[in-house]
Amino acid sequence: MVAAVMSDAAPSAAKRRTWTTSINAWLLLLPAIVLLATFTHYPILATLYHSFFSLGRSGPAEFIGLDNYRYMLDDDVFRQVLRNNFIFAIATVPTSIALALLMAVWVDKKIVGRSFLRLAFFTPTVLPMIAVANIWLFFYTPDYGLLDQFLRFLGFAGHNWLGDPATVMSCLAVMVVWKEAGFFMIFYLAALQTIPPELKEAASVEGASRWYFFRRVTLPLLMPTTLFISINALINSFKLVDQLVIMTKGGPNNASSLLLYYIYEVAFNFWDTTYAATLTVTLITILAAVALTKFVYLDRRIHYQ
Amino acid sequence: MRRDSYSIETLAAWTLALLWLLPLAYSLWSAFHPSEYATRFDLTAPLTFNNFVKAWNQAPFARYYLNTLMLVSLVLAGQLVIATLAAYAFARFKFVGRDVLFALVLVQLMIMPDVLIVENYRVISALNLLDTIPAIALPYMASAFGIFLLRQTFKGVPTELVEAARVEGASSFGVLWRVFVPLGKTTYIAFGLVSVSYHWNNFLWPLIVTNSVESRPLTVGLAVFGAPETGVDWSVITAATVMTMAPLLLAFLLFQRQFVQSFMRAGIR
Repeated sequence: MVAAVMSDAAPSAAKRRTWTTSINAWLLLLPAIVLLATFTHYPILATLYHSFFSLGRSGPAEFIGLDNYRYMLDDDVFRQVLRNNFIFAIATVPTSIALALLMAVWVDKKIVGRSFLRLAFFTPTVLPMIAVANIWLFFYTPDYGLLDQFLRFLGFAGHNWLGDPATVMSCLAVMVVWKEAGFFMIFYLAALQTIPPELKEAASVEGASRWYFFRRVTLPLLMPTTLFISINALINSFKLVDQLVIMTKGGPNNASSLLLYYIYEVAFNFWDTTYAATLTVTLITILAAVALTKFVYLDRRIHYQ
Repeated sequence: MRRDSYSIETLAAWTLALLWLLPLAYSLWSAFHPSEYATRFDLTAPLTFNNFVKAWNQAPFARYYLNTLMLVSLVLAGQLVIATLAAYAFARFKFVGRDVLFALVLVQLMIMPDVLIVENYRVISALNLLDTIPAIALPYMASAFGIFLLRQTFKGVPTELVEAARVEGASSFGVLWRVFVPLGKTTYIAFGLVSVSYHWNNFLWPLIVTNSVESRPLTVGLAVFGAPETGVDWSVITAATVMTMAPLLLAFLLFQRQFVQSFMRAGIR
């Protein structure tokens, strides 16, 4: 009532109030805006800007249009790391999803030692990738490492797992699946717990087998979760490169290098920052495309409610 | 027959779980035994703390611990304050440019600081902050993710509570502090656990911006220590690895439920 009287009697006071509200809100947002502008928005624009310039090692940087991009398209290493990145995604995303689902189905029901199983599957999630890489590095060490010792015990010869372009990607993929599957498990677990038990009862009254029920009821109901996890796993495969620093340095001969690792090498080993910016534009484009897909298919409900 | 398939599944689940724990179990084995037992699994092998003593003496791990602790506290404190203020503005104020600003915040969910290493390095260097702990923390201080989570929570606060506080004469800040913050407790815990885990484990960005013992966090310290060219004994490296993982791992074992729930809440949003 007070507000009604005020807006009738003094419209200018009401207007002033709107302004004060706006100013208050902007002040509350100021720290966030300044930091986001400095470390997210400006860097994105600067990346784009610098990608059009020469490095200027001798003399000032010059505007060179699309030369960096032309160079990138001709760069064999770039093509290879991009291909590696897609292979890596295809190798890790479906595998970790399938395993996560299997784990979730197991620990969702009354199984002996349920909390232990859950713990075992989730633990790799809380470990630093760098520590994990150290441990797995030793698994893959030729001859002396655990994998080779085990194989020798079975009568096989030793192998330089991380030094062979044919095996290095698979070795890294196995490790990443191990690290990620338990994390994705918890999302499936949460989704499984929302499936009403009556459905299962009805199905068993009808005489449906467990497998039939899983295929025709559970799996379709888990579809949104699967989509959500796939997108997260895909993004991770583009932004997680810590393991490469420890295990392979992208080698042998770039066989295990990923896009972000290549950016890191170009920028901080060769100090070619404008070419690194060009590569970053590619990475940003990929991430933005993935995120937009996510936005269109998943987040429409949440963002502007 | 139903019984059989049940026990086969149990067996499979347990096999996978043990396989999943193997890398961790192995690192503990190697860290707590003399190096000649690094690949010999003999139950009578003597236990030892020697590897830890050696690692601790060969590299400044005490300093690395301190750096990581300072880093995660700085990041978390900054994130909580900044995200609380921003989320409050987004959830409870109607103002000019709100939707545009919110969309600009969400950009960070899409393109995280982790991939903007080249330009962020330039910014940090222009601010003259290279090789300091704030340099590692600053790009992550305004967390779009935190703002997003808290905004959701704040939107769920009943208007009656806000009005009741106003009637009692609370200012905007008073309402935020006495109504919104206490009601956001679970969100704060969820976000806090995820943030601490993330920054305890973060590696690439700290590797790029730090260059000295005084600013290196544990992960970077471990990488420097374990580099093959240093020729450090394998068992000692595992001991250092265990030291790096231990605090977070112990916290996880003690507060399993909170960890799992927080990661889930944070992931689902």
